[in-house]
Amino acid sequence: MWKKKQGETMTTRIVELRRGILKKNDELAAGLRASYAAAGVLVLNLVSSPGTGKTALLERTLKELKTRGLRVAALVGDLETDNDARRLASSGAPVRQINTHGICHLDAEMIGKHLDGWKGVSLGELDYLFIENVGNLVCPSSYDLGEKIRVVLLSVTEGEDKPLKYPTLFNSADAAVITKMDIAEPCGFDRELALKNINEIRPGIRIFETSAKTGAGMEEWLGYLAAERLILCDLNHPKCTPNPA
Amino acid sequence: MHELSIVTSIVETVTETLAAYPGTRVLEVRLRVGALASVIPESLEFCYGIASEGTPLVGSRLVVNLLPVVVHCAPCGQDVELEGVQSFRCPRCGEPCSDMRQGRELEIDSIEIEDGEGKQ
Repeated sequence: MWKKKQGETMTTRIVELRRGILKKNDELAAGLRASYAAAGVLVLNLVSSPGTGKTALLERTLKELKTRGLRVAALVGDLETDNDARRLASSGAPVRQINTHGICHLDAEMIGKHLDGWKGVSLGELDYLFIENVGNLVCPSSYDLGEKIRVVLLSVTEGEDKPLKYPTLFNSADAAVITKMDIAEPCGFDRELALKNINEIRPGIRIFETSAKTGAGMEEWLGYLAAERLILCDLNHPKCTPNPA
Repeated sequence: MHELSIVTSIVETVTETLAAYPGTRVLEVRLRVGALASVIPESLEFCYGIASEGTPLVGSRLVVNLLPVVVHCAPCGQDVELEGVQSFRCPRCGEPCSDMRQGRELEIDSIEIEDGEGKQ
């Protein structure tokens, strides 16, 4: 509708758009989510600040899941280097590095491209796909990668108030892992305060306390992964039914 | 940190929209940004000046309408607005609330355009 502003000769109008700014990413992510569901693979997106221990947790998780006969793979994001991918490849699982070359987060387009051209890896033959995001507690919260579960990590060396400082990311997570519990005591880590702060920002979230080094807390974490995959499979894929027709 | 890619996306979307309105000039682009959208309005405005250069949006204003977080409180049976993002508890009854109804928006609400040829 055109309207003339009083005393002005120009004619202006308002055009309603109501359009998501990250719509393109959201659409790509929706497509990924559908393909993960069709393939019956549980996809997790690991987010934290740099140095929290995403790679260490993942290294141990991949090894443990492989030992249990499960089919796992990982995509790992960093600005530069393939150090993390090489480190994770020692688990024997297929691992692919995504270098963002300066971009502070992974997006759905990067995931799609790296899944498409991944030799020897097909979603339908996986039980779990882990995506290790770029170490950053801000930007990854805006970019849906189609994951079923977003896991935020917090290490005992970082300060118990991290959830309060970075509420946008903590609030968007489905599960939280407190890492490096083996050094909690020398760091003076206030466990109760950390748990309280996480719950203040994301009430009721599942919280795991782990040490990738000693293996503490890993059983509970792996139990959660198994339970979540079971839910996914029951709902979505014939390959998971006990007695396929 | 990703504000530049966000404003680039805004400029692209608005430029596409303008194709349906030839001969017009953009005066204002209005956004709806939730308190949990992970973007800083000042950074958006700063980046907008750069990203709109050399496009039909050059010289236009970016207006950011910030939306508070709204959660649904089950015990109170209604949607309530949070004062900040430091505590997800109902400000009335103090119960933790995780059922979010508003706060993650990141969208272009509308644009104000000026008709260059005086069309009606």
